[in-house]
Amino acid sequence: MTDIEPDDTVDARGAACPGPLMDLIGKIRSAESGDVIRLLSDNDQSLTDVPEWAEEAGNELLAVEERDDHNEFYVEKA
Amino acid sequence: MTEHVVIVGGGTGGTVLANDLADRLEPELDAGDVRVTLVNDDPDHVYKPVWLYVPFGQREPDDGRRPLDDLVDDAIDLRIDRVSDIGPEAQRLQFHGSAPPVSYDYLVLATGSTLEPDQIPGLTEGGHNYYSESGATDLRDELLEFTEGDLVLSVIGTPHMCPAAPLEFVFMADDWLRERGLREDVDITYTYPIQRVHGNPHIAEWARHIMAERDINVETFFNAESVDPDAETITSMEGSELDYDLLVTIPPHGGIDLIEEAGLGDDGWVDVDKHTLEAEAADNVYALGDTADTGVPNAGSVAHYQAGVVAQRLASEIRGRPATATYDGKTLCFIETGMDAASFVEFDYENPPSPAPPSEKLHWSKLAYNESYWLTARGLL
Ligand SMILES: Cc1cc2nc3c(=O)[nH]c(=O)nc-3n(C[C@H](O)[C@H](O)[C@H](O)COP(=O)(O)OP(=O)(O)OC[C@H]3O[C@@H](n4cnc5c(N)ncnc54)[C@H](O)[C@@H]3O)c2cc1C
Repeated sequence: MTDIEPDDTVDARGAACPGPLMDLIGKIRSAESGDVIRLLSDNDQSLTDVPEWAEEAGNELLAVEERDDHNEFYVEKA
Repeated sequence: MTEHVVIVGGGTGGTVLANDLADRLEPELDAGDVRVTLVNDDPDHVYKPVWLYVPFGQREPDDGRRPLDDLVDDAIDLRIDRVSDIGPEAQRLQFHGSAPPVSYDYLVLATGSTLEPDQIPGLTEGGHNYYSESGATDLRDELLEFTEGDLVLSVIGTPHMCPAAPLEFVFMADDWLRERGLREDVDITYTYPIQRVHGNPHIAEWARHIMAERDINVETFFNAESVDPDAETITSMEGSELDYDLLVTIPPHGGIDLIEEAGLGDDGWVDVDKHTLEAEAADNVYALGDTADTGVPNAGSVAHYQAGVVAQRLASEIRGRPATATYDGKTLCFIETGMDAASFVEFDYENPPSPAPPSEKLHWSKLAYNESYWLTARGLL
């Protein structure tokens, strides 16, 4: 269990690819530098999409938490 | 007591639905047991796919406009007005101006997409688009004068209307410039926000191949952050910068603010059950077409199929029977691959697309569909 406190959460559960990544990008767009966004996604593709994009954009993927029916991604805006 | 169905939005989805209900509920409408009102904020119905052809001088915006009055069955009350407030609790709508509110028993939201270029600094001044009537004519004027330099097409965010249209634009521009002997003097670059050239992996793989063959440059993971109209550059959140001489973008899209204000969903899209199209946050409310958040493309064909499902469900509910019709994600799309060739895809929630080999016949099928679209809107096709 992570004790990271997100500044904002995007719930993209139920969304088809690339919905979750695009929802995360949208939220990061309006976030301040240093903000942590938590993404909830039940789409397996997010397990590759999110780390790849975070690296490309220079944002840090702080943690990925596995829940019963979805994953939670914590991304810090650079 | 008369049951009142109100449809907001007289675009593809709303118009097909209104005409379908006029047909399906004819006895109830004749007897005065049911009333159907279609509200649209423009007296004309607009068929947006025509805009793709406007920049290439092949169609005029008027080819995509017809008075709703001519398209909608007389049994439907047509109201030209703009809804200013949706009240799902009171089952009531308000309008701009001093018109009194209207109550509904069933509400269908078919309000489509809104372009939001102001999300990206500099985009309104620096970018062109063919996603609006004025955008398409402005772009036509630019494109006709454009003979050399960097042509950049940037897809800014998803969802947006017709996921195939950005691919179609670069394929058509490539072919059109070749035909005019200008292609060697123009560099075409296509950018997309994720790591592929299209949201759907099957279409992306197919399109990427054509782009490589045609010398169309590709920049993936490119989420436009700002445009500098003076320096003629576009920069991305991922830190890259592209020079352009002509910038064409698919601007960010949203639904209408009223939907979020009514608590029906985020960004103006209505959260719905993706099979029944019923709103998750309110009773007796349906959404269809672009405004329904189902994860399928924002396409006219989707709005058309969904209208059939909602019509069947509403007719069952009004007749006191269980509603059984469901939407299976069906999407059809012709994809222009040049000025005289097109491909075709068909898919649904379960079955992925497999693009057909491009042919002249499919291109003519797309043009033929564009002409016969008015029969679709009337509910005949
Ligand atoms: C360039 C381009 C090419 C396209 N090509 C294709 C294609 O080849 N194939 C395809 O299937 N799709 C295509 N599309 C997509 C297609 O046009 C849309 O997905 C389709 O129009 C969606 O239908 P709709 O009924 O949801 O919304 P729309 O047709 O957009 O209608 C919404 C209506 O609601 C009205 N409205 C909005 N707010 C209010 C309000 N508050 N009060 C009253 N009225 C309101 C609007 O004025 C509008 O008339 C294309 C789109 C574009 C832009």
